[in-house]
Parts: sequence; C-alpha cells; structure tokens
Amino acid sequence: MLTKRIIACLDVKDGRVVKGVRFQNHVDMGDILDLSQRYSDEGVDELVFYDITASSDGRVVDKSWVKQVARRINIPFCVAGGIRSIEDAKVILNNGADKISVNSPALERSEFISELAKIFGTQCIVVGIDSRRVDHDLQVYQYTGDATKTIRSKRKTVSWAQEVTRLGAGEIVVNCMNNDGVREGYDIEQLAAVRSAVSVPVIASGGAGDYSHFADLFHQTDIDGALAASVFHSGEITIPKLKAYLRSKLIEVRV
Amino acid sequence: MIAIIDSGGANIASVKFALERLGVGSVLTDDVNVIRSAEKVMLPGVGAAPIAMQRLASAGLIDCIRTLEQPVLGICLGMQLLFAHSDEGDTKLLGLFDANCKAFTPTSNRSVPHMGWNQLAFQQDHPLLAGVDNGAHVYFVHSYFAPVTSQTIAECSYGHDFTAIVGEKNFIGCQFHPERSGSVGARILQNFLEMP
Repeated sequence: MLTKRIIACLDVKDGRVVKGVRFQNHVDMGDILDLSQRYSDEGVDELVFYDITASSDGRVVDKSWVKQVARRINIPFCVAGGIRSIEDAKVILNNGADKISVNSPALERSEFISELAKIFGTQCIVVGIDSRRVDHDLQVYQYTGDATKTIRSKRKTVSWAQEVTRLGAGEIVVNCMNNDGVREGYDIEQLAAVRSAVSVPVIASGGAGDYSHFADLFHQTDIDGALAASVFHSGEITIPKLKAYLRSKLIEVRV
Repeated sequence: MIAIIDSGGANIASVKFALERLGVGSVLTDDVNVIRSAEKVMLPGVGAAPIAMQRLASAGLIDCIRTLEQPVLGICLGMQLLFAHSDEGDTKLLGLFDANCKAFTPTSNRSVPHMGWNQLAFQQDHPLLAGVDNGAHVYFVHSYFAPVTSQTIAECSYGHDFTAIVGEKNFIGCQFHPERSGSVGARILQNFLEMP
C-alpha cells in the first residue's frame, strides 16, 4: 500500500537551515548536509529545501549545495525558492534534485507551470501555495519569505490549486500560514478542501506540534503527506517515534 | 565501466551519484560504441515516453539498446521504454517486453501521479532481489504503469496491480527509483552491479 509520507522541510537562508515563527524572526538550525543525512538515517520519506529569501529578493537560490545533497542522500528531495526560469529549474534538476517547487513566480505568471511541466514532466513540478484564512475565505499569499514584502494575491486557495493542477503541477504543498510555527495542529478543514478539489498528491504544511496532529491529519483527510520543520529540527518529534506512533494508529508508513 | 544512457530527462545525476555511493564509476553517454562496450548499461528516464523515444531514435540508439547482451537496467520511464507500447502519446517503445503501458486513473482517495513509498510483492526469484525483504518499501513517481506479465519479478499495487520489477535474460527494469529508495534501493543497485 502507498504509505503516507513524512517530509522534513529545511528552510534555507544564506546556505544555512533556519526556522522562524509565522515566517519571521529566523533562527539558525544547522548545516544542510548534516541535517539531511540525519533525517535520511532516521527514516524520513522525503526532504524539501526552501530558500525562503530567494523569491522576495529577486535572486535565485544558491545551487552549489544541491549537488552535495544529491551526492550524500538516497531519498527523494525537492528544491524550492526563486526558480523563475526553465534554466533555473534545469540546473537544479540536473544537479540531482528530484523535484522543484515554485510558488511566487507561478502567481506572477501561471503559464510558467505548464512550460516547466512540458519540459521536465509533471512529476518533477511541485507548486507551493501559502494560504491564509481571511474572514471566511482561503486566500493565497505571495512573497512570504520576507514579512515586509508579503502580499495577498488575488487568488483563492482552492481555485488556484485546481488551476495549477490543470497547468501541469504534479504535486501541491499547502502551507496554512495561520497555523505555521504555532504548533496547534494542521488545518484539517482547509487541507481536506484542497485535497478533494484536485487529483494530484497534496502535502500538508504548517501547524505540526504533537504526534497526534499527524494522526488527526491522516485519519480525517486523504492528504498524501505531512511536512514539518521546527518540531523535527528541535527533536521534539523524532521520525522513528512518529512512524511507530502512526503505525500504532493503523496509518501506513514506511519503516 | 557502467554506461548511463543519456535519455535527455531530468535528474539523471542522481543515478550517477547512487553508483558513486557504491564506489562505482559511470559515464553518461549517448554514444553507441561506448554503450555497446560497457560492462553494464543503465537506462534512466523521467518525463514523457514520446520525448524519450524521439531522443533515443535521434541518437541512433533504438537498435543498439535492443541488441545489447550485457545486463541492462531501465529505471522508471526507462523501464517502461523496454515494453512494446505506451498510451502516453500513443508511442511505440523498444518492444523487449510485450505489453502496453497505461495511465492511472485518479479517484477521490487515490491521487495521480502515484508518488511515494510503496511495497514490493515478489513474484519470482531473481538475483536483483538478493537480501531484499518481500514487502520492502521503494520510492515511486509515475502516472503510467506497465501491467503484470509473465516476466514480472515483483509487483506493486495502487488501485490495481502493476509491474514494479520486470526481467528476462539480460534486460531488467524497475518502475521505482532505486537511487532514491534508501538502503533497499542501494541493495538492488548493488545486486545489479554484481550480475554476471
């Protein structure tokens, strides 16, 4: 049976892994290669590297570490952050990344998704969606790597998820901004709404603080995977314990 | 020397790196002579079947691959290319295995692509599976699949059963990515490298 994926997200800034609360006040969490190896050894299913400064600064993610990570680890990983051209994507994929994730550039020009999918195949193309509850709507936010530049886009989350799927996204990561870093659980209702609206895999992000939050997510939705960062980096939740816990709750995971 | 056929798709580097981790050098090539004289040949591939076949055809590799006598390992799309036909772009493939690759149909609780870690169910003994547990998890990413045939060595299930490993004589294919399947994948690659 296809297992639910547990994904560790390493937010990268200036070549180091960082984490902030609600996308602000970034704190250094460690070296990319050390953390990648640790997670791989512990049995994480996948890694995502987000260069959280790249999109808002108009610069491209520094790619030198992509090849080092690809050389070192033997699990899939995705690279995100400021990928604005076919050439940017090609360099990252040729350096050994399995997937690339686009977010703000896709909001600027949605055809970018179809251009990437046509050249590299939909399975390499992840679209990240930063979503926030505003009154009773789910709104997509843009340039979230820098709190001073973050803006509300004109898109609504569910319809944008459907549009990016139609354009060729092979996977969607929904980051629920209200929940990010506050560790009170995933936004089940929001994630279920996106999952039921699209045919491609959907990954949940934002809000994991306890082992039970992962079980709640997988029991209450058909979400394909759960992404978390700070609770893994701090060691408050360990991958082996999380997987044993999920198995005890009859959720299929890789061990 | 191991030849990795440059099928033009993305992330071919990860196959090369996986061999490096096993202490084995390889060359990425589309040169017929280099491929023919290699000890073993790998055919990776991601992306779409029609584009990959065009690329092999324009490099003059169709007959070359079909007539290789050393062990050949197709990975992901590279496995599907060993079959006869794909519904993806109604494409004629290399024809080493006689079956048609079809698309997965998404359902409410089954997304497509089939992406993530799923289990191998062994169908036949094969040197590729030495030291691998029946039921081991490996990493898949694909929207098309090859059906189970008499040459299926291991199958996997996603809505229905499909071929995860196929093999006959010197031609072997893995639908999953051994280079991204942790220690299980590394063992499978090691087993391939040790094949006579």
